[in-house]
Amino acid sequence: MIFGNEHKSESIQNIKIIALVTTSATFLISLTCLFQFDFDLEGFQFLEDRKWVSTMRYKLGVDGISLPFVMLTTFLMPLVIVASWDIEYRVKDYMVAFLILESLMIGVFCALDIILFYIFFEAGLIPMFIIIGIWGGKDRIYATFKFFLYTLLGSILMLVAIIYLINMVGSSDIEKLFQYIVPSNVVDVFGFSVSGGTQTLLWLAFFASFAVKMPMWPFHTWLPDAHVQAPTGGSMVLAAILLKMGGYGFIRFNLSILPEASIIMQDFILFLSVIAIIYASLVALVQEDMKKLIAYSSVAHMGFVTMGIFSMDHHGIDGAIFQMISHGIISAALFFGVGVMYVRTKTRLISDYGGLVIRMPNFALILMIFTMANIGLPGTSGFVGEFLSLLGAFKTKPWYVAFALIGVILSAAYALPLYKKIMFGDLLKENLKPLSDISFAEKVVFIPLIIATIAFGIFPYFIFEFTDTSVGAILNNMENAVIISQTNIEETILKVFSSREDG
Amino acid sequence: MYLQNFLAIGLEIYLVFYLLFALSFGVFYQTEKVNRIIFFTSICALLIGTVILLSSFVPSGNFFSGGFVNDSFSNLIKIIILLITSSTLIVSYRSLISNKIMVFEFPILILCSTLGMLIMVSSNDLLILFVGLELQALPLYVLSAFKRKSLRSSEAGLKFFVLGALSSGLLLYGCSLIYGATGSIKFIEISNALVISNSWVLLLGLGFILSGLAFKLSVVPFHMWVPDVYEGSPTPTTLFLATVPKIAALAMTCRLLTSGFDNFINGWQQILCILALFSILFGSLAAIAQKNLKRLLAYSSISHMGFAMIGLATGTPEGINALVSYMIIYLIMTVGVFCVVLSMENSDHNSLNIQGLLGLSEVKPNLAILITFLLCSMAGLPPFLGFFAKYYVFVAAVEAGLVGVVVLAVIGSVIGSFYYLRLVYFIYFGKSESPPHIKMSNIEYYIFLFASLFVIVGTFGFFGIEEVVSSAAKSLFR
Repeated sequence: MIFGNEHKSESIQNIKIIALVTTSATFLISLTCLFQFDFDLEGFQFLEDRKWVSTMRYKLGVDGISLPFVMLTTFLMPLVIVASWDIEYRVKDYMVAFLILESLMIGVFCALDIILFYIFFEAGLIPMFIIIGIWGGKDRIYATFKFFLYTLLGSILMLVAIIYLINMVGSSDIEKLFQYIVPSNVVDVFGFSVSGGTQTLLWLAFFASFAVKMPMWPFHTWLPDAHVQAPTGGSMVLAAILLKMGGYGFIRFNLSILPEASIIMQDFILFLSVIAIIYASLVALVQEDMKKLIAYSSVAHMGFVTMGIFSMDHHGIDGAIFQMISHGIISAALFFGVGVMYVRTKTRLISDYGGLVIRMPNFALILMIFTMANIGLPGTSGFVGEFLSLLGAFKTKPWYVAFALIGVILSAAYALPLYKKIMFGDLLKENLKPLSDISFAEKVVFIPLIIATIAFGIFPYFIFEFTDTSVGAILNNMENAVIISQTNIEETILKVFSSREDG
Repeated sequence: MYLQNFLAIGLEIYLVFYLLFALSFGVFYQTEKVNRIIFFTSICALLIGTVILLSSFVPSGNFFSGGFVNDSFSNLIKIIILLITSSTLIVSYRSLISNKIMVFEFPILILCSTLGMLIMVSSNDLLILFVGLELQALPLYVLSAFKRKSLRSSEAGLKFFVLGALSSGLLLYGCSLIYGATGSIKFIEISNALVISNSWVLLLGLGFILSGLAFKLSVVPFHMWVPDVYEGSPTPTTLFLATVPKIAALAMTCRLLTSGFDNFINGWQQILCILALFSILFGSLAAIAQKNLKRLLAYSSISHMGFAMIGLATGTPEGINALVSYMIIYLIMTVGVFCVVLSMENSDHNSLNIQGLLGLSEVKPNLAILITFLLCSMAGLPPFLGFFAKYYVFVAAVEAGLVGVVVLAVIGSVIGSFYYLRLVYFIYFGKSESPPHIKMSNIEYYIFLFASLFVIVGTFGFFGIEEVVSSAAKSLFR
């Protein structure tokens, strides 16, 4: 639908401006989609369908679940470009990489052909690999290889599942996959009988991919490395958008195509979510590097998302989507905040700061807002998502929520001291004394993010308007599938009995 | 009827006449100029051969009482062989001159080997298969030892010869066992005989034949010669070795297994799967440790052959289709990568170390991005064509019920992507005091450009090759 263009201009300023104009234009185009979107339609809208190689089709479209993610992507990209305004080393390559990355990310959220989805999903790794590898920090090589191979290994298992699924259904169209009911008879694998059968096996393959991307505990170890080494723009995109592909994939594939396996695996995934929330928060408590701290807090927040998704409740899924959007905005702002400090002091260690509020009062205020949003203070968007995810999960599995709530307290426990250590106290460090407050360009990045955070906190219904119908459709679909397969099982049992009686 | 038979091998006869003529011409006038003239006429001869095939001058059907077959499968493979051979000759030109081996024997030997491959591809009989295989292999031994003054080149030639002779022996022994068990050497009669009998002698014979072929295909555990021969041979020979003989040997194996042993699929499917998985995993793991570009490409070719063999192991038209598509894509990518290798090579012994790519992106950004395309494609990353090659193979394998094999193969491909990415890392992330000097002539650059754009543009439709390949694969099954 929308592709970033490449540019050949040699002048650095021009390159930046062109990148900015392109991303802003993309945002405006996506805004028109937003206004033309029909809220009551269950299926996909703005379809574009072309024949492609063999059985694959180039099919794109959005529904109520993907549109918020597309909007998040297009909304953040101009800000990311502005945030990278001070890049000086190989600017052209940097901007081209980001534009390609943007088009691939939009592609992931729009793809309606499962192979096309896979291609976008995987191809996004290459620009990110290069972004971390060229413009990253000191250990960038290790981090970027770890990032790449980790996610590749996860997603390539998904490829096997995709091929298997296509072979079974006879089509790679996602809409057709929704209608197909994957058999869930018990099968034996190496002597273990797997309940849910094929569904569970496919579910696990998809899970491997999305859990790495998300990232869920214990597959999260690539994230802190990648975040710490990535340049500010890269961190923003990584935290705000790339992680959301995992959650999107869970909703789109695991929940919609493999509903029974999702029910079977519900306890497993809620258990992992709770561990992720508590473990990641505890690890965040002892981090010395600001970026690492925020990375671990991302892992914890993603725990709430998976909890919401696999509560399989209308509120829960709504909340999970909301949480993803809100975390996208907040984490982008926090990583940019770290970037702002890093540019001035060249250090990310918490212990190197203190008393910044004296020199940077505006920045202190902004960081305050986002720290509070990260904790989930009512009135900011962070609260709504967390609350609804937990509410959804509470209806089905209250015990998990009881433990997850510890995480909410812990998030305050690591975020507030971080803020205190950086901003308050006496301004003792010599190198901090000549610092200047944030510049105009930095304000340009922060202000839309602040507006979005608070607006979504106060009017959350704005996002639910989009998601409601689609989430409802998914849940209906799930119930139907479960009912049908149960009746199938009953029928087969009846047949077995009747044949026995005959014999 | 006789005329029909000779028309059927018209292409081969034409090449033989050209070879004899060029050989006598070259021996008679031994001058620099004549060497070059023969070089260029050889390229033209190959291209004319392609035209002969395309013009459907050659009748199709079974000839020489069923020993020689022309169908759309053999025609397609022959066209690929001729085109790739001519392009390898074209890109070798500058390297041959700089290595002082620009003599008329080089193109003649290459054409001789090509002739053998054309016979292999059409063979429908164990004897003709063997003749073709040997005609293909003997010039290759000479070609790898072509740099007479280099110790490594002689070593490569000798090693290749000894192991190649051994593999031919194995193959012949297998053929004789098969003859003993079935009473025939014609594929069709073997296939009929297999319906009735199914003895262990047959399995033994097939095992020997497959081991002999596995040598030629360079799959694990018959791969020992590959890295040494690739490294020691002059680079133009390496390029030829890495591309054309592989597709010829694979095509021949396809015909042998699908029309001769089609009733014995239980016997060979497992063997092929195991060979394929070993090649993929071993090739990828061993490539990680390599420092020399040619050795690295040798291991990479081992693992690529493994992927292609999965397509063969399915034994279905879809599998053969996937295999041929895979090989086309692989050949084009390999020629592209070797363009870079050839242009990096100079008199310095270490010139092909992978460190030589350090900081390439700063000196030649366009070249760097194109090489990155090729490498990502070889690693099988979407959206490049290399991904689709692997995808087709996996789809065919899943359809044939080989899900376990696919799971192991994809894990192998993740390991494989590591060493390709390491090259990308050298190109992009490293900094070097002495930037790499890559000199490409125009024609080399165009072929390189074609290969690297092919892997990205090809994803938009594959240029209609798909239908040709699938009809060719179906013709194999009649």
